[in-house]
Amino acid sequence: MESINYKVEKEPQETLAMDPMKFILWLFLVSIIMLFASQTSAYLVRRAEGNWLEFEMPRIFWYSTVVLLISSIAMQWAYFAAKKDQFKQLKIAISITFVLGLAFLWMQFEGWKQLVAMNVYFVGNPSGSFFYVFTGLHGFHIISGLIVLLFSWMAAFRLKVHAKNLRRIQICATYWHFLDILWLYLFVFLLTFN
Amino acid sequence: MSAIEGLETAHHHDTEHEHHHEAPNFWQKYIFSEDHKVIAKQYLITGILWAVIGISMSIVFRIQLGFQDANLSWLKPVLGGWISDSGKLDPNFYLALVTMHGTIMVFFVLTAGLSGTFSNFLIPLQIGARDMASGFMNMLSYWFFFLASVIMFASLFIQTGPAAGGWVIYPPLSALPQAHPGSGLGMTLWLASMAFFIVSQLLGGINYITTVINLRTRGMSFDRLPLTIWAFLITAVLGLISFPVLLSSVLLLIFDRHFGTSFYLSDIYINGEALPNVGGSPILFQHLFWFLGHPEVYIVLLPGLGITSEIIATNSRKPIFGYRAMIASMLGIAFLAFIVWAHHMFVTGMNPFLGSVFMFLTLIIAVPSAVKGFNYITTLWRGNIVFTPGMLFSIGLVSLFVSGGLTGIILGNSALDIQLHDTYFVVAHFHLVMGAASAFGLFAGVYHWFPKMFGRMMNNSLGQIHFWLTFIGIYLVFIPMHYVGIAGFPRRYYQFTSYDFTNKFMDMNMFISVAAIFTFVAQFIFLWNFFYSIFKGRKAPQNPWRSNTLEWTAPINPGHGNWEGELPAVYRWSYDYSKPGAKEDFIPQNIPYSQTLESNFPHENELIATEKAIESQNFNDQFKNAH
Repeated sequence: MESINYKVEKEPQETLAMDPMKFILWLFLVSIIMLFASQTSAYLVRRAEGNWLEFEMPRIFWYSTVVLLISSIAMQWAYFAAKKDQFKQLKIAISITFVLGLAFLWMQFEGWKQLVAMNVYFVGNPSGSFFYVFTGLHGFHIISGLIVLLFSWMAAFRLKVHAKNLRRIQICATYWHFLDILWLYLFVFLLTFN
Repeated sequence: MSAIEGLETAHHHDTEHEHHHEAPNFWQKYIFSEDHKVIAKQYLITGILWAVIGISMSIVFRIQLGFQDANLSWLKPVLGGWISDSGKLDPNFYLALVTMHGTIMVFFVLTAGLSGTFSNFLIPLQIGARDMASGFMNMLSYWFFFLASVIMFASLFIQTGPAAGGWVIYPPLSALPQAHPGSGLGMTLWLASMAFFIVSQLLGGINYITTVINLRTRGMSFDRLPLTIWAFLITAVLGLISFPVLLSSVLLLIFDRHFGTSFYLSDIYINGEALPNVGGSPILFQHLFWFLGHPEVYIVLLPGLGITSEIIATNSRKPIFGYRAMIASMLGIAFLAFIVWAHHMFVTGMNPFLGSVFMFLTLIIAVPSAVKGFNYITTLWRGNIVFTPGMLFSIGLVSLFVSGGLTGIILGNSALDIQLHDTYFVVAHFHLVMGAASAFGLFAGVYHWFPKMFGRMMNNSLGQIHFWLTFIGIYLVFIPMHYVGIAGFPRRYYQFTSYDFTNKFMDMNMFISVAAIFTFVAQFIFLWNFFYSIFKGRKAPQNPWRSNTLEWTAPINPGHGNWEGELPAVYRWSYDYSKPGAKEDFIPQNIPYSQTLESNFPHENELIATEKAIESQNFNDQFKNAH
């Protein structure tokens, strides 16, 4: 593992601007942003053409939004705990994040069921189809986020996440917060342009 | 998600690398290699194989267009049932050939084959890095491309034939299996293949950007980067922004095809029966597609322009003219690439006012393009030109870029486009400016960097012959094609026997086809030269073109990690050719100013003081400080 160097040396500035792995993550986020940007602009272009089914968003999507927000807060708590080497808190926080992530997915699925009950189907007017595509694509990314989270969770329980080894949980937290903000965007977007 | 897992695994790999150096076995070394040089060669060889297939297809349909009565029975062993008993090409298969030629050449040859080869090969070598930021992701990128290739290749052999809706796959033609035999399974495979292709491009592009920004060696500031690296960086950014949009449009198309949604379909009647799809918009697809499609043109072309900048400066023995202007014009082109997509859609019934906005933006592209053309010519001006095959192809690229670009100004006008859209004029335009120009970039790059790739030289005389035959052949094909286009020949038509006006131009079409076959045959000189030289070519010297960039300071056959010992430091830009007072007519980037006092300019003498600081910087060495 990493040796701890207590000598304080003044090093010349590196050419290296940023940790390449974190940089890769940010570029990956750019590609996801472009995916959803194109989807939402397609939505707007299509909506402007008329023949658009309007329906009210089921309540459960409000609740799921809150759940995802809380999970994001828990994620941040986990990160702070890891930074301070408080392993017990870290384990609790990261478990809460994971469980709330699962709960969010389940609530999104319940939301789909309610939409079907409202006679808004995936096949039919594009307004409904787009709704399913947005929530579905986001849900797919949440699943990928849960997988990343699972690796961090396992590392946390093996005590491999600590103040000297934060990169894994940093990448995980950045991705999870991003998915949270992405959902907020989609949620507000779908509310505004229903 | 795969990217994230990739990060983790790559991390482990690198940390392990510190502790023990096992000799990689055959699979690790040549198949699932994480060495950027091997991956580059994998891309190159795959690209060449695809190019042979793609160009052969164009020869088959050129024969059909030029010689409508020809008996094609001799193609039966290859094409089987697609040739009728009387020796005629099946019209449906003709459409499939046109479609697959476009798809293969644009995506598999000129995107993956060009960018994949040279970004992979040159980025680490020219910026002084051990390898890409994530070798694992880089390896995945190639194997996703390989998977895409296998699926696309398999689609050529299915009974209903490959996708046939044109490489732009406009719905409803591509969305409805009833529309065309190729719109069934062939289209499904096309979409699956392209989805993997997009994943491959994103993995590769993310890696290129990260590597250029984070893994430059000490002293390699952005204003010392060779223009090749600038071009690859900008290309990768274009890909990162535009390929997700293609994924988006493809995804919605898949939902329309397989789940019955109506994103692109509305009010369609087949045999008098209305389809259930209501409320979709086929124009929506075109918007999404061309938001990728137009930047894609520059994804194809910019690496060629970067390669050309490097080769022209080296072989003119002169600094590149307007280094900063070259960067600025590439950035300008890249920016404009995203706001001109609707010039592909002038005749879709779009608002004429909007059309003039897009026309205006489109015509502005002529400005940065002209800057580039001007800078190439002024770099050549009064240089001590060395006509290597790479140099010839670079100059050829400039010629094709200018002559193809001029017709772009004509086509960019929304009024003229009413007459010219979807004719052979368009075909001639984009084949010159994007197809042939980028292919020349590819050839130039292969001839120039072959010694670094394989440690051997290609045959110079064969290279010269190959250039002249190709250069003349390309113009013989595409100049007459402009006339055919102005005369009104629509593209993608199986034959032109039904109209009076087309009869007059039959001999012209015949001429084009003969020229195309001539050019095609000339490429076998290259193929032979390439494969023969890999094994039997003359051994390459350390720096065969007397070039300044860092790759020529690495061993002739670099191992994984590129440099033995320390990574080189960089003190100057890469274009110090024929500097007044210097002993040699080139000063490589790793020579400090303190060693070249006789040729330094006053401001460069001041930079000597910074050399200590550059030397004391961290090596940024991935193998030592694993990321």
